[in-house]
Amino acid sequence: MSLQPNEIEKIAHLARLAISETDKSVYAENLSSILDLVEQMNAVNTADIVPLAHPLNEPQRLRDDVTSETDQRELLQENSPTVEKGLFLVPKVLE
Amino acid sequence: MFEKTIAELINDLTHKTVSSVELTEAFLHRINHSDAEYNSFITVTTEQAMQQARQADQRLARGDGESLTGIPLAHKDIFCTKGIKTTCASKMLDNFIAPYDATVIEKFNQAGAVTLGKTNMDEFAMGSSNETSFYGPVKNPWGKNHVPGGSSGGSAAAVAALLAPGATGTDTGGSIRQPAALCNLTGIKPTYGRVSRWGMIAFASSLDQGGVMTRTAEDAAILLNVMAGFDSKDSTSINQPVDDYRANLNNDLTGLRIGLPKEFFDEKLDNQMASKIQDAIKVYQQAGAEIVDIELPHSALSVPAYYVIAPAECSSNLSRYDGVRFGYRCENPIDLEDLYKRSRGEAFGAEVKRRIMIGTYALSAGYYDAYYLKAQKVRQLISNDFKAAFEKCDVIMGPTTPDTAFELGEKSQDPVTMYLSDIYTIAVNLAGLPAMSIPAGFVNDMPVGLQIIGNYFDESRLLNVAHQYQQITDWHQQTPAGIC
Repeated sequence: MSLQPNEIEKIAHLARLAISETDKSVYAENLSSILDLVEQMNAVNTADIVPLAHPLNEPQRLRDDVTSETDQRELLQENSPTVEKGLFLVPKVLE
Repeated sequence: MFEKTIAELINDLTHKTVSSVELTEAFLHRINHSDAEYNSFITVTTEQAMQQARQADQRLARGDGESLTGIPLAHKDIFCTKGIKTTCASKMLDNFIAPYDATVIEKFNQAGAVTLGKTNMDEFAMGSSNETSFYGPVKNPWGKNHVPGGSSGGSAAAVAALLAPGATGTDTGGSIRQPAALCNLTGIKPTYGRVSRWGMIAFASSLDQGGVMTRTAEDAAILLNVMAGFDSKDSTSINQPVDDYRANLNNDLTGLRIGLPKEFFDEKLDNQMASKIQDAIKVYQQAGAEIVDIELPHSALSVPAYYVIAPAECSSNLSRYDGVRFGYRCENPIDLEDLYKRSRGEAFGAEVKRRIMIGTYALSAGYYDAYYLKAQKVRQLISNDFKAAFEKCDVIMGPTTPDTAFELGEKSQDPVTMYLSDIYTIAVNLAGLPAMSIPAGFVNDMPVGLQIIGNYFDESRLLNVAHQYQQITDWHQQTPAGIC
């Protein structure tokens, strides 16, 4: 499997990662060699195998829909780079 | 004092031959004096540690101490610690003060333990050498040109250099066992779901599991008894009673069936390493264990399957770092997309970016079946191999790593070579089984780890098997030359 720098650009966009022009060819080479490793999986036929998502095959546990947390808005927003009047600030999204 | 085990220190505190304040001051002094050589701590929590130590001494004086009251420990900087910087060794979280304690930290606090600080690690636990940390690589106390292993490399180096009597770690593909092996420690990765993942910063949620690194199996048993247990806040936590892990440490090994997978002794294993592992197995035979030949036919596919599943889960988990709610934010973003892309691009290191991109690619439209679904099917085959093997044996043994610690920089330019250093540990995470690494000798003065894999929830037996070996051998008591 060989990925080209333009494919890296597409993947980086999907992952919302800024990658410099010069790094694209390095990542193309790295990711191609990782995919070569990954493709060794194709050596085995898995047609009738059930995929394993949870190692112990446990179902997702559900809980009652009751309030379990107290309001900690101010504490939690202390870690935000930009907060004003209890709101997270981002660049303008509507003109 | 620094060479004492946790069990011995508990005894000293109980008999008041030392106080927690004295013990904590001594370890803090030692860290401040010599950690510049190893870089094993990201944050040393001097004030909090001294406060916890004073409280511990008051409890001990009243006679109402808990199991670890007054014992200083170090925690991997992946566990959230309330009011204390929690970085996951990433520029992304360099300014992150955790607003709450991880369940694991809460349990250690309740048991009376003292937190010395937060240890260095590979960024977001992605690495096998501790070279991907934003805070610089950790040096192996056994050879300072060598890596300590990863991702829990800071915890391993801290315990090996006697800067802490024990430390927490996490293991997604070998991140407790591999550094334990490379630094001559005892490390245990419990069954998936045994230790709560709540407040443990997520990398690959179906594989991540917290555990401990200590100098003896008995100490690992003491710490694991504090950590393990059901937690309603972790949706994958398993609701099953926790054994008293010290209760069976002294069980006789007569009749123990040890499975040796032929795939763990192939040409990938260094010859000198192989002979050390064979020596360890002979010790078990002399103690009454029986050897059973087993097969794990799909184990060669564990690294390929892992490098789909772990990056896929990582790409999803790390999407939360957006430069908005917490963590790093780029300067002067022109729009929202620029904010996301540059905050992430500037704050994640190269290995984290590689894995996010591999995961994004594997999960993208048109590729899901070929990569993610295929990997989950291979995961089933690997899990089935272990189920069949445990029909014939009680524990599985082999090497933890194919070689001893490699040199700093030796593998950091080639991700695939680095990935293959976890060839013997990764299958265990895919199957969700518990496993340990214990010291089993030296090759060219560098430590060799024996890996012991158990059946689900059989931690008690693993610790028994490890403890019995440590009654006969003294590899685990060796400390690196040149540490004072």
